[in-house]
Amino acid sequence: MLPQSKSVQDHCGAAIIWSSTGLISFGVLWLLGDLLWHGWSQLSWSFLFSSPENAGREGGIGPILISTSLILGVCMIVAWPMGLGTAIFLAEFTQDDHRFGRLIRGSLDVLAGVPSIVFGLFGNALFCQALGLGFSILSGGLTLACMVLPILIRTTEESFRAITSDQRLSAAALGFSTSTTVGSILLPAAIPGLLVGSILGIGRAMAETAALIFTSGYVDRMPESLLDSGRALSIHIYDLAMNVAGGNPNAYATAVVLVGLLIIINLAASWIAEKWTTLNQLPT
Amino acid sequence: MILSTNNISSHFHSDQFLLWSLRFLALMAGSLLLLVVVFLVHEAWPAFQQIGLTSFFTDADWAPTEKLYLLTPMLWGTLWATLGAIMLAAPIGILSALFIQYCAPPFLARGYRRLIELLSGIPSVVFGLWGLVVLVPLIARWQPPGPSLLAGILILFLMILPTITLVVQASLAQIPVSFIHNATALGLSRWSMIRRVILPTAKAGIFTGIFLGVARALGETMAILMVCGNVVQTPSHLFDPIRTLTANIALEMAYALGNHRSTLFVSGLLLMGMVVVFVMMAEGLRHREIYAATK
Repeated sequence: MLPQSKSVQDHCGAAIIWSSTGLISFGVLWLLGDLLWHGWSQLSWSFLFSSPENAGREGGIGPILISTSLILGVCMIVAWPMGLGTAIFLAEFTQDDHRFGRLIRGSLDVLAGVPSIVFGLFGNALFCQALGLGFSILSGGLTLACMVLPILIRTTEESFRAITSDQRLSAAALGFSTSTTVGSILLPAAIPGLLVGSILGIGRAMAETAALIFTSGYVDRMPESLLDSGRALSIHIYDLAMNVAGGNPNAYATAVVLVGLLIIINLAASWIAEKWTTLNQLPT
Repeated sequence: MILSTNNISSHFHSDQFLLWSLRFLALMAGSLLLLVVVFLVHEAWPAFQQIGLTSFFTDADWAPTEKLYLLTPMLWGTLWATLGAIMLAAPIGILSALFIQYCAPPFLARGYRRLIELLSGIPSVVFGLWGLVVLVPLIARWQPPGPSLLAGILILFLMILPTITLVVQASLAQIPVSFIHNATALGLSRWSMIRRVILPTAKAGIFTGIFLGVARALGETMAILMVCGNVVQTPSHLFDPIRTLTANIALEMAYALGNHRSTLFVSGLLLMGMVVVFVMMAEGLRHREIYAATK
């Protein structure tokens, strides 16, 4: 802690800090309160399961929830093996000064900063047009997979690096092959980290809108296959708020569902991370 | 660090297979960035060839149907919105970090940090919804029409505040306690300690936070699309509606064809270039020593 305030400057400084943080807290609580206030009353089980009617002004978000989970499913199925493989390679087979490893890490750092709208352009050009998938759940999921890959790789790599060297040494002393060591010793130990990474990735993908507008499209019907266009929750909010007069109540309700899901996801991730650190701290 | 690759029993066939498949996956992940750039350039190429680089800055207007492709109003929109948001978010983010680290009683610090983390997790489309329903009508009552540069700045400010606060706070947490003890022993007042000891020590972290905030603000699409009015014009004051580069892409991509579409990819490249510069500056600072004297 800092010493007790004495001078006039100290008092002014403290006043500025307290008033600005107070203002920010007020703003955040206003935003969340407004969301709950307008959205909560619209929520019901039938809202979650029924189809949108009258361009979304009435009815629910059933097909939209299904489309969202399909998009996320595609995203994770593609991102998982690639993320896991890259993370194992970076953590177990490259040193910090390894040139190939450094190149990949640098490229992933930059990829993590690329704006989502640019991923949208890229996904539209590659998946929708060049590969001929059109506006579809598959295109949207693949685009999101490219987007969440950096965060997935970073978290997983860290969880592999956190494993103590004893385990690698013991495995080598027992004459295990590298693949057995990785598959049976290191992978199980890194699973919580992998889980946290996946959950954070899903969170980021679920919050995404700009990358999906022109990859997975707007159609709010129940999707029949992965090649159908499907509307994600975030796009539903956008469309109701911007393009549908009188769509605000349902936009609010959808926003409450989306933010609620994201909060649950983040709580799960931090719960797992906490469990995992306490487990790792136990004497072995 | 002991690497699995140093394992002397690595002559198993399965190991070779594993290593090569991992290398392949890593190569794929690493070349994704290249793939993104290649596709953007490929799609933008016709515009470079047929319209020419100078037309984006010298044409009379943005009117793709009349083959006029002026990008500067959108560029100004993006730059002003980002500048305004960072001018608000940088000082307040630093103050918030100081509050969490030094000023607040522990329970308040934890609570405020939670609140900021919560803010960082809110999707941009929800910020946009709130801005559209609450903020824009408020501004409209004060200075019509409402959807404006100011609304965009305020929303962006809320969105990048968590980035700056959390990064700066993490770097404040790394300042050795001895610095503060020494400053106390020298009889520095609280204010001069913050100004002369804490802030200079955390300089790298502060700039990392600001650069990451700028990168996020430049690339933000949905929220700003929903509150800025999207009129193509160079803003002359805070209450003018603006259109940013990102919003322009999101609005017109759905029906753009030919050179129009290519021009949107050009603006995508432009955006990516700007964002990547800031991300790399932030990464460069992050790896730098926080304070050489601690060694």
